[in-house]
Amino acid sequence: MTVALRLYVAGSGLHSEVAERNVRELCASLEPGSCELEVVDVSTAPELADEDRILATPTLVKRDPPPTRKVIGDLGDRELLMQTLSLPAPPGDAKTNQP
Amino acid sequence: MNGEVERLQLGIPGFDQIAEGGIPRGRASLVVGTSGAGKTVFALQALAAGVRLYKQPGVLVTFDETPEDLLRNAQGFGWGLEEAVAEGQVAIIDCAPSHDEEQIQMGDFDFSALLARIMGAVERVHAQRVVMDSVSSLFPQFNDPYAVRRELGRVIRGLRQERLTTLITAERTEEYGPVARFGVEEFVADNVIILRNPLAGEQRRRTIEILKFRGVAHETGEYSYTIEAGTGIRVLPRSAIESFKDASTERVTTGIEGIDEMLRGGVYRDTVMLISGATGTGKTLQVCEFVRAGAQSGERGLLLSFEESAAQLMRNAMSWGVDLRSAVDSGSVRISARYPDRMSLEDLLTQIRLEVEEFNPTRVAVDSLTAIERGASPKAFREFISGLINCFKNAEVAAIVTITTPLMSSSEAISEMHISTLSDAVILLRYAEVAGDLRRVLTVLKMRGSAHDRCIREYTIHDTGMALGGAIQNVEGVLSGSVVHRPST
Repeated sequence: MTVALRLYVAGSGLHSEVAERNVRELCASLEPGSCELEVVDVSTAPELADEDRILATPTLVKRDPPPTRKVIGDLGDRELLMQTLSLPAPPGDAKTNQP
Repeated sequence: MNGEVERLQLGIPGFDQIAEGGIPRGRASLVVGTSGAGKTVFALQALAAGVRLYKQPGVLVTFDETPEDLLRNAQGFGWGLEEAVAEGQVAIIDCAPSHDEEQIQMGDFDFSALLARIMGAVERVHAQRVVMDSVSSLFPQFNDPYAVRRELGRVIRGLRQERLTTLITAERTEEYGPVARFGVEEFVADNVIILRNPLAGEQRRRTIEILKFRGVAHETGEYSYTIEAGTGIRVLPRSAIESFKDASTERVTTGIEGIDEMLRGGVYRDTVMLISGATGTGKTLQVCEFVRAGAQSGERGLLLSFEESAAQLMRNAMSWGVDLRSAVDSGSVRISARYPDRMSLEDLLTQIRLEVEEFNPTRVAVDSLTAIERGASPKAFREFISGLINCFKNAEVAAIVTITTPLMSSSEAISEMHISTLSDAVILLRYAEVAGDLRRVLTVLKMRGSAHDRCIREYTIHDTGMALGGAIQNVEGVLSGSVVHRPST
């Protein structure tokens, strides 16, 4: 099953950069194809932020499967993030290392 | 560069006057108030008026209610907000918390998305006004109030850079306490408007105060305001007798011959006449005669009744031989009966003003002020009286107002003291004990700008109205209300 994620970032903001790196690392650690990530810059696509009713950046939205979940912040806690997004544990590893 | 701050007229009736031309243009102003004070009404009205009166499109950011709820609530005010949204004059940014999705916070964030959405909408509709309602609802959505404050500050600086005039509403918990919850004023401290809604007596008394406008003049202190269907907020100018027009020298009849005589030919055209007396002394009769006499000479009369319905009033008048019904039917007299307990005095005063404006009478009667005084705080009532008399003076009507005094009392009614100083003519109706009989007597206490009969005269009430008898000698206590006849020996 594929989890569809959209990450809202703000240009070159520090929090946004960290969050994007964290999510990309997480997705890379999972089974290939289990995670689909789209990164949206609010300054160029505010209408998408309107649609998803986004206030803060960075915000990660789990769009599918339902229910919709939003995680705000730089997403530093990978374990909590996986739980929140109901992602399967990466192959052969229950514990992940914090950066 | 002289640092002069430009103003932006909000278009809220009465507000721009106390703000001496409007709020600082291109800046953010904080509108604070307790729950129910009317912050959202104030902000939405300003947004709608911007579109309607000044062709200034706007953006509404809602943190609290859904756009649908906001528009539905605004409908009753008739500002055309929904139409403005449909026409693309107002854009709404929905930031209300959603109940069908979960949100958690994990680490630091900023409000770049919010700012980008606002700017996107501003570009779309070419907005000059922005409303954020209410930022207090934003705090519970995040677990770091400090970060919310900091980021809101950043958003507001961003709006200011674009020269947008912004109204930010925020909640406060006490009428006279900290400016707002969550220290909101820390990031938008330059301009603060406070709406208050405290209990005074048994009624709410709404007031608005401009706490500060940085570097800009404005009126100080609290002003009354009302919230009405069809208008919204209306700020009332300080209740004082602001403009005395040139005094009239034309006399008009009171409708009672004997009293006209005592006043040396009736009252002046611009007089406010006070009739004070216990129940059953004929105050309402005088009111009816006053209005009927006007109608007979082709004048329009507005009778504001707070004790009896129009039907009761017309029936009672008929029992004194005063035919009000045909005057009402012909349109020269309007009877407007109300129950004053149901509304605040500000609202009542506004309704009376509007009715006077609309019906355009030359005579107005109020029966009675005592019914209006019930349940109101002395301060609110005093302001109401000043505002009412001011309204009569501005409309250049001849007015008659009544006060019910206690039947047996050695002191004046509280209201009487205040009103009698503001009215031009005062007539006291009293019961008098004369040789063991209870009789009715009256006297003219004052008549501004004219000589008048100073004696105490007996009168009777029949099915043909009020008839004055001769002067009574040797009575005492007319002022105090318990009149005693002391025959000279």
